Amino acid sequence: MDWGNIFGNAVGEIISPTTAAYALAAIGLGIHFGYTGLLNFGQAAFLLIGAYAFAIPTLAGAPLIVAILCAIACSVIFAFILGIPTLRLRADYLAIVTIAAAEVVRYIVTTTGLTDFTGAANGLSGFKGTFAAINPIPEGRYGFGPFSYNEYDWWVRIVGWSLVVLASLLVWLLMRSPWGRVVKGIREDEDAVRSLGKNVYSYKMQALILGGGLGSIAGIVFILPRAVQPANYTTGLTFFIWTIMLLGGAATIFGPIVGSMIFWVVLSLTQGVLYGAIESGALSFISTTQAGQIRFILVGVALMLLVIFRPQGIFGNKKELSFSV
Amino acid sequence: MSNSESAVVSGHPLVKGEVGPGCAKVDPIVVADHVTRQFGGLKAVDVDHLEIPRGQITALIGPNGAGKTTMFNLLTGFDKPNTGTWEFDGKSLAGVPAFKVARAGMVRTFQLTKSLGRLSVLQNMLLGATGQKGEKLIASLFKPIWRKQEEENTARADDLLARFKLDAKREDYAASLSGGQRKLLEMARALMSKPELIMLDEPMAGVNPALTQSLLGHIKNLKSDGTTVLFVEHDMHMVTHISDWVVVMAEGRVVAEGPPESVMKDPAVIDAYLGAHHDEDLGDLMEDGPNPVLEAERKAREAHPEIEESPGWAENPTPPTAEEKQA
Repeated sequence: MDWGNIFGNAVGEIISPTTAAYALAAIGLGIHFGYTGLLNFGQAAFLLIGAYAFAIPTLAGAPLIVAILCAIACSVIFAFILGIPTLRLRADYLAIVTIAAAEVVRYIVTTTGLTDFTGAANGLSGFKGTFAAINPIPEGRYGFGPFSYNEYDWWVRIVGWSLVVLASLLVWLLMRSPWGRVVKGIREDEDAVRSLGKNVYSYKMQALILGGGLGSIAGIVFILPRAVQPANYTTGLTFFIWTIMLLGGAATIFGPIVGSMIFWVVLSLTQGVLYGAIESGALSFISTTQAGQIRFILVGVALMLLVIFRPQGIFGNKKELSFSV
Repeated sequence: MSNSESAVVSGHPLVKGEVGPGCAKVDPIVVADHVTRQFGGLKAVDVDHLEIPRGQITALIGPNGAGKTTMFNLLTGFDKPNTGTWEFDGKSLAGVPAFKVARAGMVRTFQLTKSLGRLSVLQNMLLGATGQKGEKLIASLFKPIWRKQEEENTARADDLLARFKLDAKREDYAASLSGGQRKLLEMARALMSKPELIMLDEPMAGVNPALTQSLLGHIKNLKSDGTTVLFVEHDMHMVTHISDWVVVMAEGRVVAEGPPESVMKDPAVIDAYLGAHHDEDLGDLMEDGPNPVLEAERKAREAHPEIEESPGWAENPTPPTAEEKQA
């Protein structure tokens, strides 16, 4: 087995744009679930909407900024559509509606009737031009060891992680403020907050829009190094984002970032080790395709172990969760 | 039901005309008309007319299932009535959402305490403050906009926490408090908004006797600060000791009201509480000591006989305004 290569790939995942995208999506989900207590099981839909609402206008010739604003606007509209009927109801209803809505939008973009716009099952590609055009890094290959990329790959990483830092800063500013206090109060007991004169519905809507907006930006970062593929936006994506958020700690600033890094490093390591073992003949009873599936079985087991033995995550406050609220 | 056989003397300084269920008050803060709420075949609340006197402590009593908490929920916008209108301070609040009712100055607590477990005691308190600039999404990002207001609110919260003997728990999670302390916290939190009317749903339930004494003191202090208090309670000692006025509900209706000493002897009340065959007088419960509130009223009347002649009776003829309270 080529251990150097396996570790090199794994370490590279720490700063990969995909890790940044998942971290952003998990930060958004943290606003929903960790701070406000909204059970959003459709974060994948926000990533999908971000991706398509960015790629479709770009392919139609829109400038970069227009495409980004379009992605954000679409996620806001989607958040309203989800929130208006459900945020007045108990938390469980939002969970049902979001998981269904996420599947609905995925089926919509996959329908052949919309092939001209969404590319149906083939998805979209060729939308990186406007983003690459503003890349200030001269052409060439930079970096060392496992962190050696060309100018475009560096550009995606720099922008992706800058957005992660900005989003974390935003969450930190919000959650230390009276606004954050209100949404945390809503997480604990929304009737109590209502009885103190706060418009709970409006706060929940603001939180849903904010977290969804971050999800749609994550969707843009996610597609910059690859093509738009509807198959990427299954409920599986939502559950990976949940795993990442819970791994790091739901109501924490650094939790989603570190959670995303650990998630992707572990996925890469297990893939490298399993594939290496199969190629070297040490594992003869499974194929590489099966090994790919086993990784995700491991993710499921890890998630179960996590919520049983460390429900507060890595950064979470044990004391905070020791109360049965 | 009629009050003809009851011990209630007609006329009372808080009341215009005869004392009886639904009687008009000299200075009402809440006026409710034809409020009904039906749960399937059960009429949980069916109140024709009810007025709550301003600046006084009013007890809402009644057997289990009488509709007291439902009435609370309706008045505060947490539940919607089938019919009915009500006014608070002259403004109609029928159909107004709960958070706007609270902003109007009518703040409630809950029978099952709703402390916000994973927030600290201080954070719980600060949440009660109204008109916070930092609660707006954009403004919250810039601390200088809300820092000063936050400091003022923190000072107020510390003051209230000290009054309620919770200052030692300031930084603890509310979930770590005992049941009685949570009741205190909920009451203190409601006071952060400087309400005109505070509605306490069973403030004594589950509170140990030592704390009960201090809670009683707090409620009396509220009245001297000019806040109107309406509370639901089963503990007759508390009702007779601190309330100026008692409203009795049974099966959704107001069956009697009056000053505590006479309403306990009202056959309608005894009927509602204990059933028609019970011959024990509820008033026995208050025989264990003089009622300090009534004592004070009696002394005040002796000292100022001219008040007796004036039609409007109140200990504080003009309750202090919001500005005076702040001062």
